[in-house]
Amino acid sequence: MNTRTTHRPAVTLTLAATAVLALAGCATTAPDQSAEPATAGQSVTITDAWVKAADDGMSAAFGDLTNTGDADVILVSVTSPASTSMQLHETVDNGSGSMVMQERDGGFTIPAGGTLTLEPGGNHLMLMDLTAPILAGDEIEFTLTFSDGSDYAFTAPAKDYSGANETYMGDDMNMGGND
Amino acid sequence: MTPVRDAGSGRGVNRRQLLIGGAVAGLGAAAAIGADLALTAQDRASSTPTTGTEAVTGGETIAFHGPHQAGIAAVPQAHATFIALDLRPSTSRDGLRRMMRILTDDAARLTQGEAALADSEAELAAAPARLTVTFGFGPGLVARAGGDAPEWLAPLPAFSIDRLEDAWSGGDLLIDIASDDPLTVAHTARMLLKDARRFATVRWRQDGFRRARGTEQPGTTMRNLFGQVDGTVNPTPGTHDFDAVVWATDGWVAGGTSLVIRRIRMTLDTWDELDRSGREQSIGRTLSNGAPLTGTKETDEPDFTATGTAGFPVIPDFAHIRRARGDGTERIYRRSYNYDLPPTGDGVSESGLIFASYQSDVIAQFLPIQRRLDELDLLNQWTIPIGSAVFAIPPGCDRDGFIGETLLA
Repeated sequence: MNTRTTHRPAVTLTLAATAVLALAGCATTAPDQSAEPATAGQSVTITDAWVKAADDGMSAAFGDLTNTGDADVILVSVTSPASTSMQLHETVDNGSGSMVMQERDGGFTIPAGGTLTLEPGGNHLMLMDLTAPILAGDEIEFTLTFSDGSDYAFTAPAKDYSGANETYMGDDMNMGGND
Repeated sequence: MTPVRDAGSGRGVNRRQLLIGGAVAGLGAAAAIGADLALTAQDRASSTPTTGTEAVTGGETIAFHGPHQAGIAAVPQAHATFIALDLRPSTSRDGLRRMMRILTDDAARLTQGEAALADSEAELAAAPARLTVTFGFGPGLVARAGGDAPEWLAPLPAFSIDRLEDAWSGGDLLIDIASDDPLTVAHTARMLLKDARRFATVRWRQDGFRRARGTEQPGTTMRNLFGQVDGTVNPTPGTHDFDAVVWATDGWVAGGTSLVIRRIRMTLDTWDELDRSGREQSIGRTLSNGAPLTGTKETDEPDFTATGTAGFPVIPDFAHIRRARGDGTERIYRRSYNYDLPPTGDGVSESGLIFASYQSDVIAQFLPIQRRLDELDLLNQWTIPIGSAVFAIPPGCDRDGFIGETLLA
């Protein structure tokens, strides 16, 4: 299964190639400091990505986001053909002892050289309104967008999973069941 | 080799070097060698207690990816669970593809000591202990996929000795999980079955065992619950001989093989009535070391022409090894396991053998042997086949592929 293969959007590759060409063109005069820093989309990779299978309603995606760059990056949004609306969610104590999920203000920061774990019961990528059933074994595409405007695309396999049933803050809906 | 054993042998080398030094200093060479061997053996035997820790082998892994599926040529692990599933009516060819991609990913991770994706008990994956997961396809799965089934992929013909029960027979998908650790087997089965249940339901499950890891040298021929050495004439994995016997070469099964699983109940209560010489004559081998009755070592070739003082064959006409051997042209690779369940009624044992036979062609290799045993084999007095299933074992896959892709992709 191709779960660890990641794909960057063509636009990012094009930008990177342009940067390399520009550097080559002015190599005699440009010291290292003038090299354009890598974009967030170039610095981030995801491993062990998966998404919870669901027939309709909501679902969530998980994985380990690692930032190989020298600067912190901020994940500000995510999109997928599988959902009309996606959100970045965190799971918090609602003050009365229950853990609930809510949209994360300001996005997720992935520290330089660090990893952000997205997992059931914690931070996750929320699919709000599925466009079609997500079937176990499907490969679902996602595109992450960072605060510098760069993107990172990947696919995640769908798996049946009985957990990840956190309550949505301000709503009594649960995440989409799969049976 | 484990670090602990390396440490032990390392000390052995040091002592050997000291002894060699002593020999140079004037000790008799023969005496020095004798002392060296004795000390080295003693050192190895005592290495575990002196280090204060036991050799830990849970981290050992067997590669998952490759031209053949793992779990066939590997030295048999101590525990194995064979699970047969029936496909749900709703499972389509596309569903089969999705199922096998998921199960392949689970197996690829778990066999390497990594948690599966969405593994709720990730810590249980940390000790694979030579875990292998091997998938097989029954006739129903191949039909659902719209593929061409090899001629041999069908239930075996009925044999007069059979007393088959549906509870142990047939199945669309086989998952064979083997490890030296039974907890690892249980976790792996749980994880794979959670991911399979949308597509299939469990038809039967057979849990088997051999000697525990470390009880005897790896590769020692197993003993069954009759006490017999069982599996002596197997081809040796890694040889051209093994490859020719086991691996199929045609169609989507090329690089794979066939697996016949026969659940054979052993009636130990009536076996108890047989004396030792009768037991040895029924099989044609000694109980002590598995040597043929015409030889002294397990690996000695039986002499089927040898006769005793009364002129009768030393290896009787009804002996299992004579009947199984035939003219020696049909050969199989056996990788069987024992089972021992709680007895029912007044019985004290419900025991037997999960007989697992791999061969490139069931019809050409397995069936002639089984027909001869059906016609005459004294062991039939104490063995009853109660389950039977035939599976095609697809070839292995690489990291970007999945098991079954030659049929489903």
